[in-house]
Amino acid sequence: MIIGLDVGGTHTDVVLLGQEGLVRQIKVPTNSSDLFATVLTGLEKITEGIDPIHISRAVLSTTLTTNRIVQGRIPEVGMIVSAGPGMDPELFRTGPHYHTVTGAIDHRGREITPIDEDQVLKVADSLKNKGIRYVGVVSKFSVRNPAHEVAIGDFLGDRFEKVFLGHRIAGQLNFPRRIATTFLNASVYPVHKDFFEAVVNSLATKGLGMPIRILKPDGGNMRFDASIDHPAQTILSGPAASVMGSVAFAPKDEACLVLDIGGTTTDMAVLVNGVPLLDPMGISIGDHKTLIRSLETVSIGVGGDSAVRVMDGNIHIGPDRLGMAMAYGGPVPTPTDAIFLLGIGDGGDPEKAREAIQSVADALGTDLQDAANRIFEQACRTILDEAGSMIDRINAKPVYTVHELWEGHRLQPRQILVLGGPAPWFATGLERLSESRVTVVPRWTVANAIGAGLARTTCEVTFFADTEREIATAPEENFTKVIPSAYTKEDAINATLDLLRRKAIARGANSEHLELEVIEAMSFNMVRGFYTAGRNIRVTAQVKPGLIHGYDPIAEKIMDSSFT
Amino acid sequence: MLRARHKTGLVFFPAFDWAISPTHPEREERLLYTQDQVFEEGLLDIEGIIEYKPDLVTKKDVQRVHFCVPDLWAVMTESHFISAGGAKTIAMAVMDKQVERGFALVRPPGHHANRVVHGARGFCNVNIEAIMIEYIRKAYGVNRVAIVDTDCHHGDGTQDIYWHDPDTLFISIHQDGRTLYPGSGFLSELGGPNAVGKTINIPLPPNTSGEGILHAIREVVLPILKEFQPEIIVNSAGQDNHYSDPITNMNFSAQGYAELTTLLKPDIAVLEGGYAIEGALPYVNAGIILAMAGMDYSHLQEPDFDPVKIRQSPEVSRWVHKTCDKVLENWHQRRQLADVYRGDYQLMNRDRDIYYDTDNIHEHQQETIRVCDSCGGALKIDSAARGLKHVLAMHIPRNACERCREQGYQWYDSADTTHYDKVYLQDRHGDVITEKSQAT
Repeated sequence: MIIGLDVGGTHTDVVLLGQEGLVRQIKVPTNSSDLFATVLTGLEKITEGIDPIHISRAVLSTTLTTNRIVQGRIPEVGMIVSAGPGMDPELFRTGPHYHTVTGAIDHRGREITPIDEDQVLKVADSLKNKGIRYVGVVSKFSVRNPAHEVAIGDFLGDRFEKVFLGHRIAGQLNFPRRIATTFLNASVYPVHKDFFEAVVNSLATKGLGMPIRILKPDGGNMRFDASIDHPAQTILSGPAASVMGSVAFAPKDEACLVLDIGGTTTDMAVLVNGVPLLDPMGISIGDHKTLIRSLETVSIGVGGDSAVRVMDGNIHIGPDRLGMAMAYGGPVPTPTDAIFLLGIGDGGDPEKAREAIQSVADALGTDLQDAANRIFEQACRTILDEAGSMIDRINAKPVYTVHELWEGHRLQPRQILVLGGPAPWFATGLERLSESRVTVVPRWTVANAIGAGLARTTCEVTFFADTEREIATAPEENFTKVIPSAYTKEDAINATLDLLRRKAIARGANSEHLELEVIEAMSFNMVRGFYTAGRNIRVTAQVKPGLIHGYDPIAEKIMDSSFT
Repeated sequence: MLRARHKTGLVFFPAFDWAISPTHPEREERLLYTQDQVFEEGLLDIEGIIEYKPDLVTKKDVQRVHFCVPDLWAVMTESHFISAGGAKTIAMAVMDKQVERGFALVRPPGHHANRVVHGARGFCNVNIEAIMIEYIRKAYGVNRVAIVDTDCHHGDGTQDIYWHDPDTLFISIHQDGRTLYPGSGFLSELGGPNAVGKTINIPLPPNTSGEGILHAIREVVLPILKEFQPEIIVNSAGQDNHYSDPITNMNFSAQGYAELTTLLKPDIAVLEGGYAIEGALPYVNAGIILAMAGMDYSHLQEPDFDPVKIRQSPEVSRWVHKTCDKVLENWHQRRQLADVYRGDYQLMNRDRDIYYDTDNIHEHQQETIRVCDSCGGALKIDSAARGLKHVLAMHIPRNACERCREQGYQWYDSADTTHYDKVYLQDRHGDVITEKSQAT
């Protein structure tokens, strides 16, 4: 059996999944000041009376690192950056302990200016003297040639508790994002490590020795031990959990929209033939733009408990939540109150709901029914409009080949999958206001935790070969190889897939059911004078997000037992 | 957060799957390292630099500018629809005020493409700037446009298209035509009888460096622009004045290009040539993007940059200054020059041979323009490509007066289709594009 656990803002959902389907589901309140207790309580409760031997793993989606970054509760981190000519590296300063050093590498990975050992050692001394324990090292174009980062790392030796090298963090080109991502990894490293070590230890003392996996924002999981070197890949995994919870119910031959409607926000994503779309660059958190692989998701401030206000004769919904619906004793009217008044759903105190909507009706100068209708319609419409804008943005993303531009098809989802607490209520409005088929995801209130539990291990490999310089590198994998000048794109693809296979298994994938996919493979003839001097080859391959092998019977059972 | 001072639109279309031929300078690899540099510097993440996906141009967008022989499909490939479309996309973003300025970093280029197109010359099939400009004139009612062509090669195609247009100021700064393709762009090329002085050529000697090029911008281009008062400034941003360019002999740098852009303040820049794909383009393009956005580019520099090595000689400086003085003199005397040039003619002819180096086509043109005080004048072009097609093409300008409109139609209606493979009419005033031939 598998445990899926998703920490939300107010509740933490935990499910136990077995071949018989959804074995057990619970909700525990989230104590944001003590996530450790929350997670542990959730895991203990879900396993009550279950022999731990039957539990193969627990997949956790937590807000631990996210909260720390958003609230700025992170330790002081040292950054050593070598940029060379280009944008002023001072623009990417991460904090007070940010140092730029000599050294430059060009776009093909050739050294322009060497690293100065004395200068690096001086910076290291200064960081050490200030009590810095975690350091990030980034050089421009390190993913073309990591030599400078490696050299700086060697100079630092074991003076610091943990040193993160930029090229091991992500394979794409983007120096400012590499700096931000490396910084975040160093920043959340201690809290991530301590937290999960504590979880594992506590579980062990309670006789719960199951392996822990952690959900990533790209909708895949990784083993806890693999996460130690990539702690920032645990941020913002919440929306991914929900998306993965809907994957089993998505059409396999067309695009669909996923809406996770919660109390405060609605998260949106797109599935194409049952596979979630990924953000081509990486996730943004606060002011940090990163290279952390993530699903393409958008979050808007409209949910069941959004505050409803009337200003200048117009209804405003959200973006804030001031508490529960008035029907449940909350302070201000919410869409949920409108839903209760309209009889679309029912719960709470009907009188309180009426009172809530009456205040809106008075402000609008209309009757109860009309006010409730307008609140509900506007909430649904806002969600649909924002979803439309997201689709437009995805369709407007640039492509760089004639073929892609000419053949590129437009995304036009005709189905909407809804999950989250108020899903069935909102579904009625969405169905009425849109031209899409609207389906409520089975077990909509815990689909997020189901998604976390059933997500497969994902990863990506970026590979680069330059046959003129006779080198091939996959910087994240610590892979550098001398290649013959006759090296081809096919050779590069094979090498990439081989690296990917090994990486996926190390991160926790099932070696017998690996679904590897080449995302991009391009080979450019490098012509110098009138002769072809070599080939410049770029390959990217991934294990795309999806559900673990053999999930079908589980999903079917969940489907059968839905709405019961 | 990093924010652009000027909101800047960018279309980046490297056409990674298109080449004239595998080892041609205009090949897949051309913008590869530029992409690497732009991505690695994180330029697309800057708040206020907005990347657009190029739209395609329509058939009519192209026919508004060109006479394509034998037809549009023979001269346009998919990639030309996209690169012209990229320029159009940027222009629309600027005109719609989504951005203050825009840069179309697209290929293939276009500034050697003339009004009549039998094939490719100077790596160009259709003139992407002209297609863009005529589109915004049609869609947004823009009238006065200035084009500053800073490619190292003379922008002869753009010059040809706007030769008779008094509302388009075309300025080309380039390496002297006696030393470089296409061998034109001399001081004496000043525009047709109805637009004398609106074509301006600033031929600079080989080995001119930043000092000379920026002198021409400051002392000649900017004052003339100020006087002309364009609604829109377009920069044909070729990058082959760079000291490392393999097919030219100038000594400009990435810093120089960025400064040129800062001085010129173009509303729209469109990439033209530039074939030092590793040593120049990544840095020049980054510099132009930063300059367009009004951001600091002082740390930008080529790895092998050595200011001493590329400093221009006193002799070059003297030549540059002399050329610039002469250009200004012509500009100030343009009305007198026009009077002398026009004399008492009502129709004026131009007879020339045009060579298409890329496709090896020899074209002979006889051009007749109606001398007119109120508009650009009705234009008739008799064009024969050796061993290929012979066509007759009539152009009636946007702001054509009644007499020129009549003249254009009279030419078209009376054209004997037995003499030509095709007869074209491009009536910009009436927005009519039509053609006739014996077969139809």
